[in-house]
Amino acid sequence: MPKGGYMSGIFGSSPVDPMQEHMAKVYACASELVPLFNAVINEDWEIVEQTQQKISRLEEEADVLKKALRMNMPNGLFMPMSRQDLLEVLLSQDKIANKAKDIAGIILGRRMTLPEVVHVDYIRFIQRCVDACKQAKKAINELDELVETGFSGQEIKIVSAMITKLDEIESDTDNLQSAIRRKIFAIEKDLPPVDVMFLYKIIEETGDVADYSQRVGSRLQLMLAR
Amino acid sequence: MEIIAEYSTTFLILAGVFGLFMAWGIGANDVANAMATSVGSKALTIKQAIIVAAIFEFAGAVLAGGQVTKTIRKGIVDADIMSGSPDLLLYGMLASLLAAGLWLLIASRNGWPVSTTHSIVGAIVGFAMVGIGMEAVKWDKIGFIVASWVISPLMAGTMSFLIFRSVQKLILNRSEPLKQAKRYVPVYIFLTGFMISLVTMIKGLKHVGLEISTGESYIYATIAGLVIMGIGQYFISKIIIDPKADKNFHYTNVEKVFGVLMIVTACAMAFAHGSNDVANAIGPVAAVVGIVSSGGEIASKSTLPMWVLLLGGAGIVLGLMMYGRKVIATVGKQITELTPSRGFAAELAAATTVVVASGTGIPVSTTHVLVGAVLGVGLARGMAALNLGVIRNIFMSWIITLPAGAILSIIFFFMLKGIFGG
Repeated sequence: MPKGGYMSGIFGSSPVDPMQEHMAKVYACASELVPLFNAVINEDWEIVEQTQQKISRLEEEADVLKKALRMNMPNGLFMPMSRQDLLEVLLSQDKIANKAKDIAGIILGRRMTLPEVVHVDYIRFIQRCVDACKQAKKAINELDELVETGFSGQEIKIVSAMITKLDEIESDTDNLQSAIRRKIFAIEKDLPPVDVMFLYKIIEETGDVADYSQRVGSRLQLMLAR
Repeated sequence: MEIIAEYSTTFLILAGVFGLFMAWGIGANDVANAMATSVGSKALTIKQAIIVAAIFEFAGAVLAGGQVTKTIRKGIVDADIMSGSPDLLLYGMLASLLAAGLWLLIASRNGWPVSTTHSIVGAIVGFAMVGIGMEAVKWDKIGFIVASWVISPLMAGTMSFLIFRSVQKLILNRSEPLKQAKRYVPVYIFLTGFMISLVTMIKGLKHVGLEISTGESYIYATIAGLVIMGIGQYFISKIIIDPKADKNFHYTNVEKVFGVLMIVTACAMAFAHGSNDVANAIGPVAAVVGIVSSGGEIASKSTLPMWVLLLGGAGIVLGLMMYGRKVIATVGKQITELTPSRGFAAELAAATTVVVASGTGIPVSTTHVLVGAVLGVGLARGMAALNLGVIRNIFMSWIITLPAGAILSIIFFFMLKGIFGG
């Protein structure tokens, strides 16, 4: 059978669509943290468990996508963005899902509860962190438009604005995080020490969801700069 | 000399059959590369691509294929040295046709990188070098041709880079790309029509019996460009803009406008391919016909008979109809990453480069030129992913195809010499 020869060989498979697919999966995974913490506050352990399983399943699905994407990005591929940046974005996206899975795992495993003083703050905090992830997804969804325009012109401005917004959200989460830490610090002597340790760990990991979302944005910004 | 007179009908039939076989092979395989870009970007359906290719390959071959045919026919082998032994030249041309045709068949069956131009040039140089002598080859001309094989993809790449940059500046990077596309796409359509008809008129039409001065050429080319632009504008106005389609990907409707442009450049591409590659099949036929009809004299001033051009055009169309459909479908399926805004830039650059080469009489590889043009768009950050391994394939096709064509043609040359005596 005749093959196309080099005319078809020249076109590699685009990493853009799989990249966006991966980010969508990661967001679906991270956004489950909101119902998870709601259930924690209500101490509804059945729902916590269900949600944890859902998060874990989504994380695994994202992992499969990640591996397929890496396999499809051989060294000889010539792309409008640097391969390194793309892989870094993928890594950050992956870390978001990993963090979500970690948080859910620790909470379920230790049947953790949150002190009442931080209930309201924590829901706001986790919501904001998921917002950051959503914003990162929004920016990654512009990747095909960026390729279409050849990384220039109007589209750069649109994506830059999105990244600025992402930075704002992330700095919001920082403020919320330190407010929660302060409230816990005030009462930490009255709580079991091991619980406090894990509480701080969970707070930090929740903040990481926003941090890694921001990192997705900053890598994207590097692509724009080149 | 007696041999030629004795077997004149046999030689003519052989030349016709071999030439048709080669043209058939070009139509079946090579055309796919030129057309698949349009099919892959969904600017044309496979059926439309076949029709466009059939018409414009044929037109390109007949209207602008004369110069390259002349080069293949008498630009590679020195006719003066051969004047004492026209029979050898005759065997050689027949052997070259058979060698190149067979090699194309073998290589494309196995999916090896192959270029019709390289096969036939390798075959002719091969028989001339071994069968006649080193001095029979016009090495300066060969050097020129080989240089053009490097330069033509580079030229197409540079051109497509600039074209795509202009598309970015004028259309894609604006705040209202759809409005800009509707404004500027007709200009690109005009440019395509203008360029192709201008080069054809200046360089190609003499053998059809039309003598057009350069000044007139510009006027006619402008008219041709405007007519094509008018047709294009009509089809652009017919496009149904679907704002919902832009929700996920904001350039869906813009690409629809480019789709019209790409139909025009697809025609240009088929025309360019016909003008350059058909000569690979009919150049040797023309040489044989020239020798036989002059009764053994290698007349350097003899003109190209029209029926030879028609034979080449018909062979290409035949191959396309019988086999090309399958190949275009296969290649088209593999080229889905190419959107019309990029596909047109690559095709316009490639078609222009090839038509200029055709007008100058240089046999180039249309596929290599197209690959160069696609890489040019990639360098302008226009392609999501390109495999640079393809460049290695191009070099491979040089290293494999040139000697393969040469060795096969040497074998056939001595076989023919043995059969008919020399």
